[in-house]
Amino acid sequence: MTIGAPILEIEVLIIGLFLLMTEAFFEQIDKRTLAFTAISGLLAILAASFFVAPAPANVATAGFWSFYAADPLAIFFKRFALVTTVLVLVMMIDYAPIVRESIHGTTHQSGLGEFFALPIFTCVGLMWMASAIDFVMIFVSLELVTMSFYVLVSFTRRNPATLEAGVKYLILSALSTGFLVYGITWIFGVTGETNLSRVTAALSQPAIEAGPALFGMVLVLVALGFKIGAVPFQMWVPDVYQGAPTPVTAFLSVGSKAAGFVVLLRVLQPFFILPQMERLLTLIALLTLIYGNLAALPQSNLKRLLAYSSIAHAGYLLIGVVSFAGAAVSFYLVAYLLMTLLSFAVLIAVAKETGENIEDFNGLAKRSPFLAFAMLIAMTSLAGVPFTAGFLGKFFIFDAAIRHHQITLVVAGVITVACGFYYYLKVVRAMYWEAPASESAVPLSRLSQVTMAAMIAGIIFLGVYPQPILDALKH
Amino acid sequence: MILPFIVFCPIAAALAILLGAPARRTALWAAGVTLAATAFALYGFETGRPGFQFVSSLPISSDWRINFTLGLDGLSLMMVLLTAVVTFAAIWFTGVIADREHAFYACLLFIAGGALGAFASIDLFFLYAFHELALIPTFFLIGIWGTGNRQAAAWKITIYLATGSFILLLGLIMLYRSVPEAARSFDFRNLQQSASMILPQAQGHIFLVLLIGFGILVSLFPFHTWAPEAYASAPAPAAMLHAGVLKKFGLYGLLRLALPLLPQGAQQWSTLLIVLLLGNILYVGLVTIAQKRLDWMLGYSSVMHMGYIFLGIASGTLLGTSGAAILIFAHGISIALLFGIAGEIRQRTGTLLLTDLGGFGKVMPRAALAFGLAAFASIGLPGFANFSGEVMVLFGTFRNGANLNHFTIFQVATVLALWGVVISAVYMLRAYRSVFMGALRESWASVIDLRPSLRLPIGLLVALSLWFGFFPQSFVRIVSPVFQSYFIQK
Repeated sequence: MTIGAPILEIEVLIIGLFLLMTEAFFEQIDKRTLAFTAISGLLAILAASFFVAPAPANVATAGFWSFYAADPLAIFFKRFALVTTVLVLVMMIDYAPIVRESIHGTTHQSGLGEFFALPIFTCVGLMWMASAIDFVMIFVSLELVTMSFYVLVSFTRRNPATLEAGVKYLILSALSTGFLVYGITWIFGVTGETNLSRVTAALSQPAIEAGPALFGMVLVLVALGFKIGAVPFQMWVPDVYQGAPTPVTAFLSVGSKAAGFVVLLRVLQPFFILPQMERLLTLIALLTLIYGNLAALPQSNLKRLLAYSSIAHAGYLLIGVVSFAGAAVSFYLVAYLLMTLLSFAVLIAVAKETGENIEDFNGLAKRSPFLAFAMLIAMTSLAGVPFTAGFLGKFFIFDAAIRHHQITLVVAGVITVACGFYYYLKVVRAMYWEAPASESAVPLSRLSQVTMAAMIAGIIFLGVYPQPILDALKH
Repeated sequence: MILPFIVFCPIAAALAILLGAPARRTALWAAGVTLAATAFALYGFETGRPGFQFVSSLPISSDWRINFTLGLDGLSLMMVLLTAVVTFAAIWFTGVIADREHAFYACLLFIAGGALGAFASIDLFFLYAFHELALIPTFFLIGIWGTGNRQAAAWKITIYLATGSFILLLGLIMLYRSVPEAARSFDFRNLQQSASMILPQAQGHIFLVLLIGFGILVSLFPFHTWAPEAYASAPAPAAMLHAGVLKKFGLYGLLRLALPLLPQGAQQWSTLLIVLLLGNILYVGLVTIAQKRLDWMLGYSSVMHMGYIFLGIASGTLLGTSGAAILIFAHGISIALLFGIAGEIRQRTGTLLLTDLGGFGKVMPRAALAFGLAAFASIGLPGFANFSGEVMVLFGTFRNGANLNHFTIFQVATVLALWGVVISAVYMLRAYRSVFMGALRESWASVIDLRPSLRLPIGLLVALSLWFGFFPQSFVRIVSPVFQSYFIQK
């Protein structure tokens, strides 16, 4: 039994609409049911994604399949989006009490319905983006993602920091959208095409004017650089990450970033014919690596630390992009998904009790050994210790860089890895060395506990046996 | 199947302890069983047969040709034996741990498991990965249970070793990439066959990267500053394991990988290596003399003695290389014993300042005897394994390009390195005098001697050192077939 790839997105969309309708017409139900419905629905679709029929061959010149791809990369990132959304929804259930505090409403659960429904729409956007091979499609799906994030980022709107984050995200995101459209226009103007493979064909013709095409591509790069948080378009990241509700931050740092990289991998392909592009990207990767890691060093707020760390990881991922290592980038993103979401999940649990600063984690190992262990695994994986997925991710990336003789990036990478050890182990030190402020255990719901255990298992499993991910990316 | 058992026995025990098994008993049993299994492997090992024995393999990634392959040849067998012995002694030496005893023993066992895995791996990926397994436990051991300026020491060792490891990783990837696509592999045996395809220039690059990476891990001058501080702050069992075993990984890596796979690279950089190792022997040696605390002195002395092993690696002769292997083993045993006794003294007095101590020979005769034997071994007194190792290293180096009319750098280095023996005699004997001889303070008159049960691990360590001191050929016979193949290839 096989199904067409677009069915997946349509099903997710139906789930989202269903949630909104239920929210609107059945006010009395426990809103958490909505989240559980969404989680089970998304898991069913995740299972269904293993029965997707390959896209019809040789029809990619016109019609639907000229802007929608169903190749392994697309299916892979659809699953990626689904897993991310499910994990974020689990975190949102834990986070719900904090949302309630900051929403006016007649019932005690007002506003929670949208909080659980909006990520579904983001997920649809992410899934579409994974398949987008036409600039128009890329633009539309990117906007769908961004629109739902506008609302989610400023969801707990009575908190001034959240409001500030929302405004910053709105303005800068809108600006980057402007860059994207403008860039697409230039590229269309030069090549007369919006389909990526036809753009490639047009660009390889000798009569083409490379200058304007390059200018258009640089504009697109500005927009994508904003999405992935690459230097010099990273200014929004720390403030927005710190201000947004924590599950949304997690979603933003994984979902939005992964989407940016998928698009980058697809969009850059035609433009790597132009040598200037590679030099430019190397420079961006270098700056991102150095800035992200150095700025993370003095942070004392864990959420902000993770924001800078996400910039740093964008740097490692960009090394992979510059070295044309699609598989390495994809593997790294999977590792990044697991370890980032795990650290945010622990952060949500602990922040409810104490706070978001690193010193609030003091002595966590004595209070809640499981949470401390989960954080230890997440941090060692982020730092890149062997037998974790994060290490293999770095291993593949550095291998690609050495293969392409990117000596500058490799040297910078080694230095920044050492920085990473310092700031990630700062968290470990707080948890294991310092004395706790109180002895009571941090409460943790059964669902979160199971999810965290699954993520820990995933990190270690992929750190030892990466082959399943590599196989899933093959044609 | 004996090899996976040896590697995973400590790791399984560590997990069991974390899950609530009685800490000390489980750890001791695991270390004892590992030692027994290693002795069994030694017994079953066919000396002189080329290649690896007890090979077992499990495919991990077909794309990258990574397999989890374990196997032993003479060199790795002796490293595994060293690890098993020192682990057993270190766990036996562990005293009462007041805070989180379970985690302490689990960390020790993780370090041991990582070292065993690294030495028993034929696949370079796992050789690297197992070594890094020890990184986080070391951070914990020093940071939580350390003494003195433990936090700074823990940061320093962790960041130094993480950086060194990543440089090493780059070197390994370069090595992997330096052969044509079809021959590419992380398996050492395949690499050995295709090593001749590596261009001389590439050999030079890769050797330099490996030398820096491994050099940081072994505290090669000038990358040595992490070691004394970390060993001074670490709890005694951690210092025993780290200085005795884990640090030897870098030397093992150079012997295992760099010499056979990159012979021309080794030649290109031998002058640099000799200059740096003389820094270890002479400069660090003088710094050791100036130390005022016993733990710092031992830490620096362990850095200094690495110089002789590096000299053996740089010697370019079969004699010198085999001497380096013996010296790795011998130094691992003597430094473990020294750190163990120093830890016992610190537990009783709370200080290791040499001017505060004195006269402990009267109250701790057993400790004085054991420390004396280990100190003699460490200086290189004939009869101990260190002596046979050092003699072979020095003779081997001197012989390289020997010409009566003209001294090359090898002969000059031998002459200078011989001075190091005097230096180590000075600081070791001074330390012995100021700790065990002289007047005893009244407040320490009631200090009790070592637990009688410690006679077993001490006896084991001393017996091994004496055995290989008097019968070095029993060691050489096992390791030299490995090196012979290196020098035939040349």
